[in-house]
Amino acid sequence: MGLDIEANKKLVEEVLEAYPKKAKKDREKHYQINTAEAQTCGTCALKSNIKSRPGVMTPRGCSYAGSKGVVWGPIKDMVHISHGPIGCGQYSWGTRRNYANGTLGIDNFTAMQITSDFQETDIVFGGDKKLEVIMREITEMFPLAKGISVQSECPVGLIGDDIEAVSKKMSKELEMPVVPVRCEGFRGVSQSLGHHIANDAIRDFVLGKADLAETGPYDVNIIGDYNIGGDAWASRILLEEMGLRVIAQWSGDGTLNELEIAHKAKLNLIHCHRSMNYMVEHMEKAYGIPWMEYNFFGPSKTYESLRAIAALFDETIQENCEKMIAKHKPVMDAIISKYKPRLENKKVLLMIGGLRSRHTIGAYEDLGMDIVASGYEFAHKDDYEKTFPMMKEGTIIMDDPTAYELEELAQKMNVDLVGSGVKEKYVYHKMGVPFRQMHSWDYSGPYHGFDGFKIFAKDMDMTVNSPVWSLMQKKTKAQKEEASI
Amino acid sequence: MSKDRLDIPDYNSLFSEHRFVEQRLNKRQFEAPCSEQETAEALAYSQSAEYMEKNFNRKAVVINPHKACQPLGSIMAALGFEKTLPFVHGSQGCNSYFRSHLSRHFKEPTPAVSSSMTEDAAVFGGMSNLIDGLENSIALYKPEMVAICTTCMAEVIGDDLSSFIGNARNKGVISEDFPVAFCNTPSFVGSHITGYDAMMKGILSYLYERSGLEAAPGSGEETGEKLNVMLGFEPYTGNFAEIRKILEAFDTKYTLLGDHSGNYDSPATGEYEYYYGGTRLADVPLAANALGTLSLQKYTLKKTQDYIAEAWKQQITALSTPLGITGTDKLLEAISELTGLPLPASLLEERGRVVDALTDSHPYIHGKRVALVGDPDLLIGLIGFCLEVGMEPVHIVCSNGDVDFNEVKFKEEAEALLASSPYGSEASLYIGNDLWHMRSLLLNDPVDLAIGSSHLKFAAKDANVPLIRVGFPIFDRHHMHRYPILGYQGALNLLSLIVNTVLDELDRNNSGFNYDLVR
Repeated sequence: MGLDIEANKKLVEEVLEAYPKKAKKDREKHYQINTAEAQTCGTCALKSNIKSRPGVMTPRGCSYAGSKGVVWGPIKDMVHISHGPIGCGQYSWGTRRNYANGTLGIDNFTAMQITSDFQETDIVFGGDKKLEVIMREITEMFPLAKGISVQSECPVGLIGDDIEAVSKKMSKELEMPVVPVRCEGFRGVSQSLGHHIANDAIRDFVLGKADLAETGPYDVNIIGDYNIGGDAWASRILLEEMGLRVIAQWSGDGTLNELEIAHKAKLNLIHCHRSMNYMVEHMEKAYGIPWMEYNFFGPSKTYESLRAIAALFDETIQENCEKMIAKHKPVMDAIISKYKPRLENKKVLLMIGGLRSRHTIGAYEDLGMDIVASGYEFAHKDDYEKTFPMMKEGTIIMDDPTAYELEELAQKMNVDLVGSGVKEKYVYHKMGVPFRQMHSWDYSGPYHGFDGFKIFAKDMDMTVNSPVWSLMQKKTKAQKEEASI
Repeated sequence: MSKDRLDIPDYNSLFSEHRFVEQRLNKRQFEAPCSEQETAEALAYSQSAEYMEKNFNRKAVVINPHKACQPLGSIMAALGFEKTLPFVHGSQGCNSYFRSHLSRHFKEPTPAVSSSMTEDAAVFGGMSNLIDGLENSIALYKPEMVAICTTCMAEVIGDDLSSFIGNARNKGVISEDFPVAFCNTPSFVGSHITGYDAMMKGILSYLYERSGLEAAPGSGEETGEKLNVMLGFEPYTGNFAEIRKILEAFDTKYTLLGDHSGNYDSPATGEYEYYYGGTRLADVPLAANALGTLSLQKYTLKKTQDYIAEAWKQQITALSTPLGITGTDKLLEAISELTGLPLPASLLEERGRVVDALTDSHPYIHGKRVALVGDPDLLIGLIGFCLEVGMEPVHIVCSNGDVDFNEVKFKEEAEALLASSPYGSEASLYIGNDLWHMRSLLLNDPVDLAIGSSHLKFAAKDANVPLIRVGFPIFDRHHMHRYPILGYQGALNLLSLIVNTVLDELDRNNSGFNYDLVR
């Protein structure tokens, strides 16, 4: 059953009426209603990866968030310097929940805020000298750190600091990789350029720098899994159960060595294509390593992905894969038979980063839920090309939607669940619309794999069907009018 | 529900299952990890006195600081005014960080927009971003005032807000009389508290000066402008309710200047309205006619206080957050002095009840050695509370403590306060230090309790010290900000938090025979 294409077109038009002319013209380009044609033609008219309009309350972050917050931050045995003023590192300290084993501050430096805390003098005189001292002090404070990355904040690029020269010098002096990353927040239009810059830095400074003693036919990498709430662990366990050997995990619970040896794998398995496609493409060109995108959200997509992965290997792996699916399927079926009746036909609106707005659809659909609108903060054209075929006709597809747009759409479409971020979350609580924070799994997770789906299903049921929503005494229109007099 | 219960382990139990423990061990072959011995040695070293010395000798790297940047505070200040939209001029990522950070603490929405400056704006300046941003944000979010602060990007390239706003008016994007207050808040100066101050002063001075009114201190008594009260960068919405209760007990007329408790404690009604509560914009120029102004964060609100004293010619009584009995006594005296009203009987009775509670609990808190972390004004309040109940502050870290009031440094005042009591004799103050320093302190000179924000949880865990969450941000506990910590009621709340943590610890560490029923 499709959704009403014309009605949804009209709905979007109505919502965008609120904008001034110039902004409206821009925002119209970021919406498309899915049609049979859009599902199959492989292209879409929708504009993406361009500048957000000022003043509209975009959900987007910056390059620094894409590099330090997403790609580099989870590498646990390196120290990542938030280089610049105090704020960026403070706000991204431990909030993404990329879990890592190890002892914090000893051999794991993920949930820490290590910064140069720029003062006015650093802006005036430059921060390069200070950066050198910082690096020496880091090796004193954290003797087991395997390397250092410099995550640039806005001023660094504006005052003309040469972090590349400092990094080069200090890498020699400290005898460890020191990686300059030019991820100043004003670069690009969202987190996305930060991912790209971070990937390039891995390519230029780390990849291929170490060897793997023994390689094998089943060596694979997990790429683009940030281990939110343990996602990468819940994924890895399936690949290993199938007989594959995961030699590197990028970057959740990852290590410098895993970045360095990944080129020895036989296959790259990429989950978050948006944030790490640059690396798998590079490894394909430079090392001839094939790659495939997979999806471990929800059993249907997980079975499909496991089989597709197994198909690239021999019969032993394929048999293992089938055995594993046979083992897990009854548990998955039990989860579905419990939760599907409670969630069937519930309408969902999603607005997440650059992957999950399409990748999680299967998991919702396994539970009988309908995605009626889906949007990304920072997706590119290729993401949308993959999105349209996965969606029903009439689904509203949106790019970089503003707070205003989402609120209007959620209300007018009368959705049963919104999945988005912490900036959005509490708005929907006021509205009485069930909400799940889908960046950090609302402090739950993992959501990947079979272990993850159990938690996903339980969480969605908990939120959609919680009795707390019914306690809300929603204001009637008459009361509102009275109150406004 | 229970009959079809399925086994769904959460992340705690899931990842302690054997298969995941095995996975973890197996993964190590690809990690080139340090050996267990190396890690154990490094851990032991990090706990040592030798390490602490090195830690305190570092000159440049900052590790786990306890402060945020200026515009974060500016947003909070802007949300203290009626239908005011905070507007961050600079990179858009900053704004997303501020909104997330504040929402993680308050568990409430933080409406704020950005001018979304990118590389071209870095070259050509952000004027067109600011003008377009004003046009779009006013059309969508319909504020009655926009309050602009800046990120470090806009400051480094030297954008001139005043002329940009003027140009927006010239272009007709905003009308001549649409209020746009602003302040400059580079992140490489001060901290979130100075950013709060900058925006507060920006809004008060802007609304006052444009009104054309001439301040006449004391003339507003008849019309209700008797006393102005400012709470500052206040992480507790409950503190607003408590100060209202206190002022109402005095039966005085008052104006809260900067009240974000509406925005950060709004009801769930089925509808989201963007703006809740806040100081009425029209009340700001009238506030210039009050008898005096009471500031409850004298270090935070320094520039605002100076402005009110100079431009409004008002008497200012500036305190630090009034915590505990003595702190609240001072608050009540200050209100009484500023208003000429007697101390209300209801508050004196409340005082008695809270003192009664303190006498009940004193055996469990007396002599407890504590570590404290927070903003300067909060720390003055907490130190005072500790001393009056016989708790002994030992390590006090204030990352943003390089501030002064009436030419007295925060450090001097805090040290004088500690010196005034035998319970303060063990204390050392660390200004500009961070929580990695605190970790060394906790490990090398152990305490019984740590009091501070959620960010202190890592050092507290490493030192095996229970953490009592007070201050900002509190991300990992719910609703603590809804309960006041100031006033007599606040003292009771603080006491309950502390004494019950001590009692929980007694139970948790029991030896069997002393798992007592009555304590």
